[in-house]
Amino acid sequence: MRNPRFVGETITMEYGAGGSAMRALIEQVFATGFGAVPGGIGLPQMDDGAAIPIGDQFLVITSDSHVVKPVFFPGGDIGRLAVCGTVNDLAMMGATTPLALTCAAILEDGFRRDKLERIWASIRTACSEAGTTIVTGDTKVMGRGELDGIALSTTGIALAPRVVTDCGLQVGDVILVTGTMADHGLAILATRAELALETALASDVAPINGLVRAALAAGGADIVAMKDPTRGGLASALHEMADKSGVGIVLQERQVPVREEARAVSELLGIDPLLVANEGKAVIGVRRASAEAVLAALRSHPLGRDAAIVGECTSERRGSVIVETGFGRRLLGEAEGELQPRIC
Amino acid sequence: MSAASSPQQVAMMADATARLEFRDPARGAALEEALGRHARALGRSPVSIMHVCGSHEQAIARFGLRAAFPPELDVMMGPGCPVCVTDVPEVDEAVALALQGVRIATYGDMLRVPGTAKSLADIRAEGARVDVVYGVIQAVELARATSEPLVFFASGFETTAVATAAVLRADPPPNFSVLSAHKYIPPVMEIVAEMPGSKIEGFLAAGHAASITGWGVFERFVERHRIPVVVAGFEPLDILAGLVRLVELIGAGTPTVENMFPRCVTREGNREAQRALWEVFEMQGGRWRGIAHVPNGNLRLRDEYAAWDARRRFDIDLDALVGDTPPALVAQCQCGDIMAGIASPHDCELFGKDCTPASPVGACMVSSEGTCKIWHRYGGHPDLRQIRRRA
Repeated sequence: MRNPRFVGETITMEYGAGGSAMRALIEQVFATGFGAVPGGIGLPQMDDGAAIPIGDQFLVITSDSHVVKPVFFPGGDIGRLAVCGTVNDLAMMGATTPLALTCAAILEDGFRRDKLERIWASIRTACSEAGTTIVTGDTKVMGRGELDGIALSTTGIALAPRVVTDCGLQVGDVILVTGTMADHGLAILATRAELALETALASDVAPINGLVRAALAAGGADIVAMKDPTRGGLASALHEMADKSGVGIVLQERQVPVREEARAVSELLGIDPLLVANEGKAVIGVRRASAEAVLAALRSHPLGRDAAIVGECTSERRGSVIVETGFGRRLLGEAEGELQPRIC
Repeated sequence: MSAASSPQQVAMMADATARLEFRDPARGAALEEALGRHARALGRSPVSIMHVCGSHEQAIARFGLRAAFPPELDVMMGPGCPVCVTDVPEVDEAVALALQGVRIATYGDMLRVPGTAKSLADIRAEGARVDVVYGVIQAVELARATSEPLVFFASGFETTAVATAAVLRADPPPNFSVLSAHKYIPPVMEIVAEMPGSKIEGFLAAGHAASITGWGVFERFVERHRIPVVVAGFEPLDILAGLVRLVELIGAGTPTVENMFPRCVTREGNREAQRALWEVFEMQGGRWRGIAHVPNGNLRLRDEYAAWDARRRFDIDLDALVGDTPPALVAQCQCGDIMAGIASPHDCELFGKDCTPASPVGACMVSSEGTCKIWHRYGGHPDLRQIRRRA
C-alpha cells in the first residue's frame, strides 16, 4: 500500500475516518490471521464486502455499522443510512439484488420509543426502495452515557453471477461518478451547531442497487471496477482503486458534479468536496468502448441524472490520482485524520 | 496586459467573457501562455521568484499551478507562515507560563509548534490549561467569563495583529493579556533579499496584508534592492496575472511596485487599521525561526499597553525549561532553509516519512500555512510539469 504506516498504542478518531490510518488498522489488526477465500474475495482484498463461490454464482456478504450524529439529519436518518450503506456495498460488488438484511440495534437507556418508531419506518421505506427486507436482528441496551443514543449494525447477503471488484482498472479505462459529490458529508456538517449554517443541503442517502443494475445491464463485462465514495469521499475511493489496480487516474476536477450550494459551503469551510462523504453514489470504472452507453444508462435513471465522466486511467504515476484543475495539475491528497467524525 | 496572442486564445477569452466565470480556465491558459513567453524571453534559467504568504502557496498547490509554470520559472514560498516563524523561545515563554499555572488561549495551529522540548499540545496532554480559540475576540470572551488571568498567545502578521490591536483598544478585561508573537513582513523581505547567494529576482506580495499596509510600503524596498514587487490576490487568475507582470518587470529591468490586486488594495492601505496597529504595537528586532535575527521584524506591545502585556505582567520562568533537549529528528529538519527559499520540502529526508501532519517534526508541517503541510495536503509532489497535458 502507499504510505505504509504503523498503528499506534491507542486507537484515535483518525482510525475511523476511512483514510490511510483506517486501512493500516485493518491490515495490521483486523485482517491478520484470516486467509483468502479460495476462488472468491475475502479480508485480504479489503474490498466493500466478501464473495464466496457457490456453484456457478457468488454469495456476496457485507457488514456495516452506523453511529451518525445527529440521528436525524436533512435527507435521512440513521435507519435509512444503515439500509443504504449495506445495500450499496453489495451493489459495489455487482450484487444488485439483495436477498435479505440483518439489523442489530444497540440502544441507550432512555432512548425514546417515538424516535425508534421513526427510525424503523425509514428502515422499512429504504428496504422497499431497495427491494429487500430485514430477516433477523438483535437488541441490546446500554446504560446512560455508555452510548450516544443508538448504534445500528447491518449485514446483507446477495447472489451475483459475476463479482465486480475495486481493482480491475486498466490503462485507458474511463471513470464515471453517478451523481453530485459531497452532499451527505456537508449536510451533516451543516447541522453541527458550532457552524451555525442555514442551508438547503440534504444528504444523498439512497439505495443505488437499481441504478447500478441499470449500469451493469448497459456495460456488462466492460464495467471493471466499482466503489462507493463514502468516508474519505471521491478522493479515498479513487486512491484505493488506483492503488489496488496499479494504474494512475487523471481526474478532471471541473467535470466532477458538485451542487452550487455544496460548492459554496465547502469554499466557506475550506473543505475540498472531493474529500467529503457520499451515501448514494458510486464511482464506476468502464472500458472506454462502453463508457458512453453506461453514462446514458445512468442518466436515464432517476438517481443518476447528474452522472458524469470524470477521469481516465493512465500509465503515468501508477497508484496515484492526478487532478487536472483547469489551471494546472496536482496530485490528489487524502483526508488527514478526522475531517468530520460520526458522519455515518 | 497582452496575455492573449493567438486568434484561438482571443476567441476563448471572448467566450469566457460571455460566461462571466470567475475561475475561467481559458483565461488561465492565456495567462500561462503569456507567462511562458515572458519567461523564455529572459533567456536564462532558473528565474527565482518568492512569495511570502501561506495563502498564495495554498492556491498554487490547490490549483496545481506549478505544473503550468514555465520550466524557467522557480516560484518558491518564503517566510510566509507566521506560525512557522514563531521562534522557539516564544513558544517556550507560552509553555513556561502554562506550566506556572496560567491559562493560555491560542490558535489551533500554535498548539503543536515545538518549543525547545515541548509544545503547548504536549503540556496540555499533561494537564496544563490551554484553550484553542478561532480569534482574539473569543479569547476575550473566555477572560470575561472568569476572574483568573488569561493570556492570549498571539501569532500572525500585520493582518492578524490589527485584530489584536482592535481588541486591546476596546477596553479588554483586566485579567486579559497578550503574549505577542506577531510579526511584520516587510523587514524580513530585506533579510531574505540580502541573504548570501540569494537568487530572488522578484517578490509576489500578499494582497490581504497589502490591503492593510497599502502597496506603498514596498517602495522603499524596491528602491533599495532593485527587485520588483507585485501585489497579487489569491484566485488562480490573480496569481498568474501577478506572475506575468512580475516577469515582465524583471525582463524590462525596471524594478517598481505594481498593484495587481486593485479591487482590494490601494497605495495608502487601510489608514484606520494602520492607526490601530501602530498605536498598540511597535517594531522590535527579534529572531524568526529558521531565518535570522530580523531587525524590526517583531510586533511588541507599546508601553501604553503594558498593563495587557503578558511579558511585563508575569515573571516568566524560562529556567523551568533548562535542561530540556530537543528530539533527535529536529536536527535534520530543513524548515529554516525551506522558509528562506534555499531548499524545498523535497530536499528534506523527513518529508512525508518521519514528518507528516499526524506527527510533525518541524513547524512547516504543523501549520496549515506551512509549506510542508500544504505540499503534503495536495499530494506531496506538486511539480507535475513532466506529465503530458491532456485535452
